[in-house]
Amino acid sequence: MEAHLEKRFQDKIDQEIKIEPKDWMPEKYRKTLVRQISQHAHSEIVGMLPEGNWITRAPSLKRKLGLLAKVQDEAGHGLYLYAAAETLGVERADLVADLHSGKAKYSSIFNYPTMTWADIGAIGWLVDGAAIMNQVPLCRCSYGPYARAMVRVCKEESFHQRQGFEIMMTLCNGTTEQKEMAQDALNRWWWPSLMMFGPNDDESPNSKQSMAWKIKRFSNDDLRQKFVDVTVEQAKHLGINIPDPDLNWNEETQHYDFGEIDWEEFWNVVKGNGPCNKARLDARNKAHDEGAWVREAAVAYAEKKRKRKEKVA
Amino acid sequence: MKNWPLWEIFVRSKQGLSHKHVGSLHAADAEMAMQNARDVYTRRMEGVSIWVVESVHVTASDPDEKESMFDPANDKVYRHPTFYDVPDGVTHI
Repeated sequence: MEAHLEKRFQDKIDQEIKIEPKDWMPEKYRKTLVRQISQHAHSEIVGMLPEGNWITRAPSLKRKLGLLAKVQDEAGHGLYLYAAAETLGVERADLVADLHSGKAKYSSIFNYPTMTWADIGAIGWLVDGAAIMNQVPLCRCSYGPYARAMVRVCKEESFHQRQGFEIMMTLCNGTTEQKEMAQDALNRWWWPSLMMFGPNDDESPNSKQSMAWKIKRFSNDDLRQKFVDVTVEQAKHLGINIPDPDLNWNEETQHYDFGEIDWEEFWNVVKGNGPCNKARLDARNKAHDEGAWVREAAVAYAEKKRKRKEKVA
Repeated sequence: MKNWPLWEIFVRSKQGLSHKHVGSLHAADAEMAMQNARDVYTRRMEGVSIWVVESVHVTASDPDEKESMFDPANDKVYRHPTFYDVPDGVTHI
């Protein structure tokens, strides 16, 4: 029976028929999606923290409006994604509890600090740029609710990347000091951005199954290469240098060759030892705990309104 | 209560079109669901009207019964105009 169902499921996937919430699916498919979608949601939520750091110090009203709108979008993206995960029979409160206890992971990029205003530009340009590279293929993911959430996310994300690039452009056209700030931000964010695509293909054991299930459409290394190819050209427009001495155009492959990623640093941050892992979790827990009374008050107020309505009726 | 109730959100993108399901969210009551739906789903002029429906009130067809529900329509070609022959030259029909 199980084998028969599994074959029918795979046939649907192969024919590009989307899987919807109540359809039969292998337990491992469900678990993989819950893990991936909830990690993605957590990343959106934690991703608000490094940027929130600069809202009050944005250099102009225009920049403040842009950054506020971007951070608000990220809260929305977290919400779409938690809702997509909930269609798989899990509860948001449990997912959030796993984030707050440290059990669940989120993108390691958000464990790096935002030290200058230029970091806000670099995050929009590089981090959102890498996220878009990852997310565009997810719009065609085999699981309907995830794919639909990603369509909304991608539409909004392109504004994020452009606002980041514009910040970088403005700094690069500014004073020597401002341009140095932009270069310094690129130096610090370049390698962590490349790490966002995950381990090399031969070190990524779950990728093969995810590709067969069409959750994933391109391999980590393919997406990383695509990101390098487009971003190097963008850096030329800014007039700043990618911090990689091994970066070279390869006529034969028609791609950029680039240096080896420091995987020790990558795994170290994943394991919780990055510069801001503790600060991020502390901030999340503090916000959640200190917001408890608001959640309780909302329920009490809804109940009071309901009772008043009953009395009138 | 661990989670606020879940609400399904429907948005009319412009006058003349029907409301379409856009997603869901948690809220303590309908009023809050409406406010949150506005902030989450219509930040870029995506709509002119919103419906919020508590998810527990939606009755859905069972995907396991998809065949018995929908296949009977499959062999009823006589419900479509192309089933009927009309000679060439007959117009406005």
